[in-house]
Amino acid sequence: MSEQLQSDFEKLVKTSKFSNEEIQFKKNFLNNFIEKGFPNRKQEDWKFLDISQIIKKSISDLSFFNDYSQSNKIDPSIFIDGLEHNKIIFINGRIEKIDFNFEDQKKIEIIDEAKNDISFDNENSLIDLNSAFTDKVFKILIKKNYTLKKPLIIYHSTNDKIKSTNINLRLDFDLGENSCLKLIDYFGNSTAKNFINIFYNFNLEKDSILKNYKIDKFRNNNLRYSFNNIEQGHNSVSETFILSAGSDYFKNEINCNLNGEYSSAFINGIFSLKENQQHEIRTTINHLVENTKSHQLIKSVLGKNSKSAYQGRIFVNSKAQKTDGYQLSKAILLDETSEFNAKPELEIYADDVKCSHGSASGSLDENSIFYLMSRGLNYQQSKELLINGFLMDVVEKITDLEIKNLIINIFGLKQ
Amino acid sequence: MDTREKDIEKLKDYKYGFTTDIENIKAPKGLKEDVIKFISNIKKEPQWMLDFRLKAFERLKLLKEPNWQKPKYPKINYQDLYYYSAPKSMKDKPKSLDELDPKLLETYKKLGIPLQEQARLNGIAVDAVFDSVSVATTFKGELTKHGIIFCSMSEAIQKHPDLVKKYLGTVIPVTDHFFATLNSAVFTDGSFVYIPEGVKCPMELSTYFRINASETGQFERTLIIADKGSYVSYLEGCTAPMRDENQLHAANVELIALDDAEIKYSTVQNWYPGDENGKGGIYNFVTKRGLCKGKNSKISWTQVETGSAITWKYPSCILKGDNSIGEFYSIAITNNHQKADTGTKMIHLGKNTKSKIISKGISAGFSDMTYRGLVDINSKAKNSSNYTQCDSLLMGNKCGAHTVPYIKNKNFDSNIAHEATTSKISEEQLHYCQQRGLNPEEAVGLIVNGFCKEVLQQLPMEFAVEAQKLVGISLEGSVG
Repeated sequence: MSEQLQSDFEKLVKTSKFSNEEIQFKKNFLNNFIEKGFPNRKQEDWKFLDISQIIKKSISDLSFFNDYSQSNKIDPSIFIDGLEHNKIIFINGRIEKIDFNFEDQKKIEIIDEAKNDISFDNENSLIDLNSAFTDKVFKILIKKNYTLKKPLIIYHSTNDKIKSTNINLRLDFDLGENSCLKLIDYFGNSTAKNFINIFYNFNLEKDSILKNYKIDKFRNNNLRYSFNNIEQGHNSVSETFILSAGSDYFKNEINCNLNGEYSSAFINGIFSLKENQQHEIRTTINHLVENTKSHQLIKSVLGKNSKSAYQGRIFVNSKAQKTDGYQLSKAILLDETSEFNAKPELEIYADDVKCSHGSASGSLDENSIFYLMSRGLNYQQSKELLINGFLMDVVEKITDLEIKNLIINIFGLKQ
Repeated sequence: MDTREKDIEKLKDYKYGFTTDIENIKAPKGLKEDVIKFISNIKKEPQWMLDFRLKAFERLKLLKEPNWQKPKYPKINYQDLYYYSAPKSMKDKPKSLDELDPKLLETYKKLGIPLQEQARLNGIAVDAVFDSVSVATTFKGELTKHGIIFCSMSEAIQKHPDLVKKYLGTVIPVTDHFFATLNSAVFTDGSFVYIPEGVKCPMELSTYFRINASETGQFERTLIIADKGSYVSYLEGCTAPMRDENQLHAANVELIALDDAEIKYSTVQNWYPGDENGKGGIYNFVTKRGLCKGKNSKISWTQVETGSAITWKYPSCILKGDNSIGEFYSIAITNNHQKADTGTKMIHLGKNTKSKIISKGISAGFSDMTYRGLVDINSKAKNSSNYTQCDSLLMGNKCGAHTVPYIKNKNFDSNIAHEATTSKISEEQLHYCQQRGLNPEEAVGLIVNGFCKEVLQQLPMEFAVEAQKLVGISLEGSVG
């Protein structure tokens, strides 16, 4: 693999306009990745779903080269109707358009540069891969006291020009004091098998609010990995919602550092899987100062041959008194072949804290089905109603009404 | 100073910290084939036993010491340890308690197990293990009447080779992890229990372990077999003298329950925990595993872990037989610089298997405690269920409490429920108790005992009282 990585990297350098300094910078990451390789099950964080095996099995000849010099045509049919929004369109590994038409242009600044450091200790080789092969890194700055009027939707799509390729994307967001951003990641249903590696960096200043929604609904054969690093200042709020249902493989990693007092993080997720899908959510919440709060709720509905994993970690520093941390994961297994794995972890060094986690998994409650059937529903209807209620619980946590309705419509839930 | 304070003063020190001055026979230092042959030879073991040890030793050469655990420790030099140490007078084994070295008897008296008195008074059969050998087993006559075999491992190898050969290493194979394999190669003694078909053991069986000699590792091996329809309750207690160096204790315990049998295994572990600054103490790296081999069998582990510098163990149940039940009740208390990484594994293989885990962790001082557990429900284990509850209590902000459960559900008929909380003793509770005339220490003691009650209830009477006291002593000086 290392020869191919080298040669693909050479090709990338030839076709794009990186400066010498940038090339050197990327080369370091490439070497790191060559040394480490894809993560495998020997690493604790990848114990349940081994990405190196999954890639080997489903993409035989993975190519790392992506021609950033050619632009792609934007197909407007992928856009979401009925909701006015700003757009970032990302096709075949290339950002084709950044459009903030609804906003005050003075309040948003977009900086692009290929050289962009990683602010945290990185041991994850996929971040190295991302840093080595990604095109321009855009940084979006939202100025002080500005609340975006409309949500920003990032469209992730590929067309048939691209196959068995590793695509990398990195975006940095900087939310100034008292600003607010609503962000939706919308994953398309292109069918070709690609490995898509997404890395977002968020910096939330004092009193800012981030609402971060990820929608992967439509069945597709891509393998996806998404890593979000969220740094939170005083009294800032981050809300993340993950709908994980479409791709063959999808791992969402959220690393959240609560650096400022009174900051809080909320993570909610749904797995709705069938036929050989393997999805995972891994969260790390670091409570570093006093009076911080985190809340997580993850629910899975698992069909035939599917597998979901949830690894949640709450870390409480010895300084972080009065921390409130909560995790709950629940799973319904619908078939003999479905599998649920969980590792909810607490690591606590302060005594005046309230931390708890719970995890439950099992089949649908036969008594509830009996109850519904005795009131005239058939078996299938009762089952659907119960699952609907089970998942609505998570969707109800979405604080933005407009987006909540959008997700309910996309997902086809009943209210 | 009032009497209570005096009592506390007395208790603050580890009261089992004395050493007994006894002449020892030791194997040469180091981990080599010769030493293994020496151990096997001095115990007059048959060839198959030596082969078992050598096979384990071969395997050990390929294994690396694991290092994924939370409490890290300085590297152990396995070549600088004595693997066999026995009181000299044991060479010609005494036939009865009267012939036992008086110094040994004195030691056990200090530990609170006067063997001779026990033989007459309270009906508990005791097997005492001193360093590497079992020194005395009481109540033999009574037990033999029921056909129960309760003796030292060495004796069992001589007298009941068929049983030992059939079951030894079936639950913890010689190819298991590093410490288990090390034990298989160099184990010295331990207890052997066989309960015949349909027999309910009329008394509690008990073993008392003590490490006396310095630079000695203790590697005992316990094997308990409960035949069809039988029942046994087994207790284990441990102490060691105070030494500045760290001593290694790597035991293997195998339990096998056949159809309808039940084994209850209780441990009160109070190895020397090291001084306030974390110097010295025992490394307690024990492998305990029970196999519910037959239908409707049950294995229940209860442990009170208050001692050891580092405790690293996971008493597990393999629920192979249909309708079998596994239970795990644990209290782990760490104070000063103690560290613990403990929990359980419940592996569900048979249909309708059930398991329950109740774990209570209390950390104080500079200590660090981790609950690490695995619940694995196999795809064939239809209609199984597990319930896990692990609660941690923190005292002060210099200590840590961690929970790392692994939950794997591969069966859609089965249910797993897991709950964990971490908190401190609330001001309201303390205030309430103090208002009613308790001083802060007493108040904490009362609340902690309440916190542990679910587990303490599982212990047999004689142990419950001791354990309750231990819980109190272990936390002395942690309030304020």
